[in-house]
Amino acid sequence: MPLKAKELPAPEILRAESHPMKRYLRTDRLPHIWCSACGLGTALSCFVYALDEMQLDLDDVGVVSGIGCTGRVAGYVNLDSYHTTHGRAIPFASGLKVAKPKKKVIVFSGDGDLFAIGGNHFIHAARRNIDITVICVNNFTYGMTGGQFGPTTPLGSRGTTAPYGNYENPFNLPYVAASCGAVYVARWTSLHARRLKEAMVEAIAKPGFTFVEIISPCPTNYGRRNRLGEGIDELRYYAEKSVIRHGANPKDADLYPGSEILIGKFVELERPTFLEVYEERVMKKNSGR
Amino acid sequence: MPVNGILSGVHFMNGDEACAEGAIAAGCRLFAGYPITPQSEIAERMSYRLPQVGGVFIQMEDEIASMAAVLGGAWGGMKAMSATSGPGFSLMMENLGLGMMTETPCVVINIQRGGPSTGLPTLVGQADMMQARWGSHGDYGVIALSPSSPQEAFELTIRAFNLAETYRLPVFVMSDEMVGHMYERVVIDPERIETVERRKPAKPPEKFLLYEPGPDLVPQGMPLFGDGYRVHITGLTHDERGYPVIDAETQNRTVTRLKEKIAHNAAQIISYEERDLDSADIVIITYGIAARTSLGALELARKQGLKVGMLRLTTVWPLPTTKIIELAERIAGFVVPEINLGQVVLEVERVVAGKVPVRCVPHAGGDIHQPEQILHAIEEVLKDAA
Amino acid sequence: MAEVLTKRWKTKHGYLYIQDDECKGCGFCIEFCPKQVLEESDYFNAKGFHPPLVKDALACVNCTFCQLICPDFAIWSIKDPVASNLEPHEEEQNAS
Repeated sequence: MPLKAKELPAPEILRAESHPMKRYLRTDRLPHIWCSACGLGTALSCFVYALDEMQLDLDDVGVVSGIGCTGRVAGYVNLDSYHTTHGRAIPFASGLKVAKPKKKVIVFSGDGDLFAIGGNHFIHAARRNIDITVICVNNFTYGMTGGQFGPTTPLGSRGTTAPYGNYENPFNLPYVAASCGAVYVARWTSLHARRLKEAMVEAIAKPGFTFVEIISPCPTNYGRRNRLGEGIDELRYYAEKSVIRHGANPKDADLYPGSEILIGKFVELERPTFLEVYEERVMKKNSGR
Repeated sequence: MPVNGILSGVHFMNGDEACAEGAIAAGCRLFAGYPITPQSEIAERMSYRLPQVGGVFIQMEDEIASMAAVLGGAWGGMKAMSATSGPGFSLMMENLGLGMMTETPCVVINIQRGGPSTGLPTLVGQADMMQARWGSHGDYGVIALSPSSPQEAFELTIRAFNLAETYRLPVFVMSDEMVGHMYERVVIDPERIETVERRKPAKPPEKFLLYEPGPDLVPQGMPLFGDGYRVHITGLTHDERGYPVIDAETQNRTVTRLKEKIAHNAAQIISYEERDLDSADIVIITYGIAARTSLGALELARKQGLKVGMLRLTTVWPLPTTKIIELAERIAGFVVPEINLGQVVLEVERVVAGKVPVRCVPHAGGDIHQPEQILHAIEEVLKDAA
Repeated sequence: MAEVLTKRWKTKHGYLYIQDDECKGCGFCIEFCPKQVLEESDYFNAKGFHPPLVKDALACVNCTFCQLICPDFAIWSIKDPVASNLEPHEEEQNAS
């Protein structure tokens, strides 16, 4: 039985206080649309705390997102933000980056947006090592459209278009990112908020194509249809199943019902970025013009 | 004010190369595209020339990505373009719609080839004209230019960039394989080249509304990534601030303006070449390569003492409706040769509204009309009118 | 927009802030606070959720985990040595 409110130490009541991270948010567009206990709020929170820690000039940071629940992140950050078409955030971001090479460009999108319709763009941007950071909130479903299964839905899990259980082999995102050439690959769950924030700081700071996957609850669609309980139950599941192994082989990061959730930093290597190589191999040959 | 790196003097080049040089002369510094016959010469030339002017060439993984990169590059501050042909043009449609909705200035060149589908990759066609007009989903205004020669390919590409910057939308240059691959003289005098530079916002960030239209219905200045305006760009229906607002009232205000900003400014956008219209009984309305064969028909008709004129559209969309209606008052009829089975002719018919006959001179593609075909159509219309 | 009220508790090393009406009752902060500082309140906020309630402010060490994991920016903590609430013997430990 929780203590009655009046017996507890009384707090001060302040009227003009506001959350210190509000300067990074379009407060005129809050509260956001995400469901109670959705992991997206946590992802956004970790992101703005990462920005705050990096003390970047907010005019030097842009966010590009695609379509879907995660796609709405662009609308909530108080930055130059671009809410593009489904799957096409990464090529848009590549154009933006090429036009403003010195600025940080961050793509913030979901598992369906980045790895189903956007998969072709993801693998090529990683191959080219375009200097952008891709943050993928992986909640194993197409939440915005009502809970269809997606390219990361575990085998056997349900979706509104997989009423008999998903019959397709899902992607292992760290493995995809690593094998295509990403120079930084990390996976955390939204429960591991502190480490997630740190990974975002590292990924944004590091030049080249950097990737952070966030395993995240979707209570309304994925959780409910797979009887995982509330959002907090998914976080409890993460607590129980997560295994942190930095430098693990991303090949081992497969997820299937009941499997461990391998998290940590899988890849951190150096590779010249697209524009660095373009400068070296193309522009230098024209410097005499 | 010529920018450095502009080719100048007299050159012998094909239409594709002329497009590339025109883009550079216009200040284009980002090309994002994908190889496709018969456009590849544009991409190849840009890959060679852009680094010489501090620009970036990026060959994307497909045309969808190319269009997205062009939009990103534009909001990053570059004059950006892509070039493609039918199949790629089809893939670009969704992101072209994003360019329309977000009012992003850029240029897309379509070197049309025989279609549909893979069609005739190396042979001429003009059957993407309605796709240029209605290709993406939803309502929006469109500007599409059409060159009939490499010289015009150079000039109209510059004009396309200027129109894109002025009216804040993707502008199409609808060329074709024949004009694209024909070699002709191209005379370039940098002194005579006029470019329109991107308009910066006149108001400070706190007072600025991203999509607040001016009297010309065009947003007032375009803040770029990092300019301190904290813009929010979205494909969702949005209000003047650029914030998504999902209701019919905002949809009506925003989307109607996308259409009106072209109709409202049509007089400044429309361009055509007149030939012997004053004395004409029959007028040929045509564009692109079809206009070159129409010249042959014009001569044949003249020899037979027929009074035939030509209205050559260098801007196909928007159509010069006033001019056509004015002609319809006094002539016997129109003949519309185009290398498709009747597309621009449908608009001419709609505008003429039965006042005089409008005869389509169709061609399924893969080759140009024979002048005699056009002459035959002229004689038919004259017979009907008699 | 209704005025947003903020509750502030003095903690050992600073303050803990909660804006009841921003909370959407996900329970993350309550369950995963390493010091079990919070519990679910028995009253409803404007959105019909039970916001967190501080049951032991002095247990809070301003580790900032709650502000990171909160999806709705409803809770945050600020370290503030001046306002710290250390018991005398704790101050010595801290000072040494």
